[in-house]
Amino acid sequence: MDTILDALMLSNPNVRYVVFGSVLLGCAAAVVGAFTVLRKRSLVGDAVAHSVLPGVCGAFLVTQTKHPLALLIGAFISGWLSLVVIDFITRKTRVKEDSAIGIVLSVFFGAGILMLTAIQQTGSAAQSGLDKFLFGKAASMLLDDVMIFGGVAALLIAIVALFFKEFFLLSFDRDFARVIGLRVPLLDLLLSTMTVLAVVVGIQAVGVVLMAALLITPAAAARYWTERLGIMVVLAGLFGMMAGVTGAYISTAAPSMPTGPWIVVVTSVVFLLSVLFAPRRGVVAQAVRYKRNRTQITDENILKALYQMGESASEFTTVHSTEEIHGHRRMQLLTLQQGLARLRRQGYVEHHHRGWCLTSEGIERGKRVARLHRLWEVYLSRHLHLAPDHVHDSAESIEHILTPELEEQLASELNYPEVDPHNSPIPYRKKAKQKPETGTRNA
Amino acid sequence: MIIHVENPALEIHNLTVSYHRKPVLWDIDLTVPQGTLAGIIGPNGAGKSTLIKSVMGLLPADSGYAQMFGEPLDRVRRRVSYVPQRESVDWDFPASALDVALMGRYARLGLFRRPRAADREMAMDCLKKVGMDGFAARQISQLSGGQQQRVFLARALAQDADLYLMDEPFAGIDAATEAAVIQLLTEMKQAGKTVIVVHHDLQSAADYFDWIVLLNMRLVASGPTDQIFTQELLERAYGGRLNVLSQVGELLQKQQFPARERKG
Ligand SMILES: Nc1ncnc2c1ncn2[C@@H]1O[C@H](COP(=O)(O)OP(=O)(O)OP(=O)(O)O)[C@@H](O)[C@H]1O
Ligand SMILES: [Mg+2]
Repeated sequence: MDTILDALMLSNPNVRYVVFGSVLLGCAAAVVGAFTVLRKRSLVGDAVAHSVLPGVCGAFLVTQTKHPLALLIGAFISGWLSLVVIDFITRKTRVKEDSAIGIVLSVFFGAGILMLTAIQQTGSAAQSGLDKFLFGKAASMLLDDVMIFGGVAALLIAIVALFFKEFFLLSFDRDFARVIGLRVPLLDLLLSTMTVLAVVVGIQAVGVVLMAALLITPAAAARYWTERLGIMVVLAGLFGMMAGVTGAYISTAAPSMPTGPWIVVVTSVVFLLSVLFAPRRGVVAQAVRYKRNRTQITDENILKALYQMGESASEFTTVHSTEEIHGHRRMQLLTLQQGLARLRRQGYVEHHHRGWCLTSEGIERGKRVARLHRLWEVYLSRHLHLAPDHVHDSAESIEHILTPELEEQLASELNYPEVDPHNSPIPYRKKAKQKPETGTRNA
Repeated sequence: MIIHVENPALEIHNLTVSYHRKPVLWDIDLTVPQGTLAGIIGPNGAGKSTLIKSVMGLLPADSGYAQMFGEPLDRVRRRVSYVPQRESVDWDFPASALDVALMGRYARLGLFRRPRAADREMAMDCLKKVGMDGFAARQISQLSGGQQQRVFLARALAQDADLYLMDEPFAGIDAATEAAVIQLLTEMKQAGKTVIVVHHDLQSAADYFDWIVLLNMRLVASGPTDQIFTQELLERAYGGRLNVLSQVGELLQKQQFPARERKG
């Protein structure tokens, strides 16, 4: 408990470094990853992440130290090599890119594990702590690590800000970027290098196995929240920071715990929440919209039924029992009862002990639905040349979504017809432009 | 019939282009005069898109070259604008119609500079010209195919170039919009710009264009519409592949044989 409190207060300078470093590299990986995702290079990102392992081990074997600069260079070289090999295989052989990625990932990672095992058998692994690179250990970052990795991370973020416009165009339309004279191969090289660097600085905290989660998941989650690239990149960066902070705290609070899996948990939760709760694209928002539409359709169908019943009796304020309404408009009885109760709360119907009747607002709204329904039927039969018995179903749904503007446009385009294709009169609002004799006097 | 002009907007000299060693365009040699609205016409697979892409430097040529205003593309990029086929990009991208139109200004902005208010205004103007100003803020995947095509057109207009190369700008556009766009292109021509359009529909081609290039793997004809639009030449362009040409192409591919001997 003490350690958590200490960590949260950032009272320990060492913890401060770790948290600060993790935030920076989480942000950098996510920001660079946004372009990886948009360029549909996610799998390549994963391959690079796994492929830096032999470089890390190689650097240790050569220098016999765990100096961050040596590891950075080693990881960078093997990460880059994996990209070159993927590109070479795809271009020079018949192997397709996804297979090439799979091959390179497993070969490089396999070689890395082999080297790691060899190092461990020499006995120096314990103090080398190289195995931490598999699943990450944020708390093992020292000031030196934080300075170097954090510096690279900050540089990556700055480059994205600087080249934002160019990366935007490159990700959306490469050909156009080339045509207007952008140095597309150079920009490609830059973005690939940045991806490798983002992976390299991230591995100490996250580990090679799960690094791709920090690269890809925040961007994928951010895509749910916005349709603007700038916002998406910033959001991805924020999600990456969150993952970084959480990883750092957990790593300092429970040092025996690997950090990578925890970071994956955080990013996955963020992703899941985005899938569920993002406005518009999210599952919940879609369900809410669906529910709202269902309710509106039910309510308006009830009002229309009451209106039509009043129409045939030329008396709109008659009281109708629930059974009568149900007989006129087939729907689940429970839905009808709930709908009537809701309409009463909203002031469209009144309840008397024998049943229900429309208020004047209810009459207006029921009349409008009937009007839209009939206008749409006229429109279909005039402009789509549908037979009168084919227009009803479409009108049943269109009557609920037409806006007042569209209604006005529809009516004037049809020149205010008096009756629909079934010869039912079309009830206009009192003041609508119309020939006098078509008015319904009951409104 | 191939008619050449002095001082052309576009000159293509002996251009041969292949995919995987299989030539799809053989020795194209033509000129398009400045200030014309020109149509590139030919059946599916004739190599129209390939020709434009190669001219824009997006595909390497086996031999030959293209020049605009007497210079290689690299020296006149600012004066040349390109509208790719709509299917060439993934429209499910976090960008608005205005964002895409603004891309037409990027070349003028140069590295690191963000679009300024003046660029936005210009991009909005271009959206307006193609009747898309009401959709400026709309996410691009929520546009119809024809609307996406118009956004591409707006982006090209925002480049404010002298030569426009457009690959099927009328694909998926309704008749009313097509008429409006042709009107726009005609105005551009009258302002002295050169517009070269890949076009599918023979019916309208004679009305739209004052210069026509007939293409089917090789150049069939190039010249003013009234001289080119003859029964005989059209039949030659649409009368199927040249059998020997296709077979030689396939042979080259099978043997992995270069269509041109290496120079030097
Ligand atoms: N990427 C490619 N790889 C291999 N062959 C290709 C490729 N693109 C086009 N081709 C071939 O080159 C030929 C010319 O294609 P191109 O797309 O230039 O035709 P087009 O005239 O634009 O046709 P369309 O009217 O259908 O757009 C066709 O035979 C096509 O099969
Ligand atoms: Mg084409």
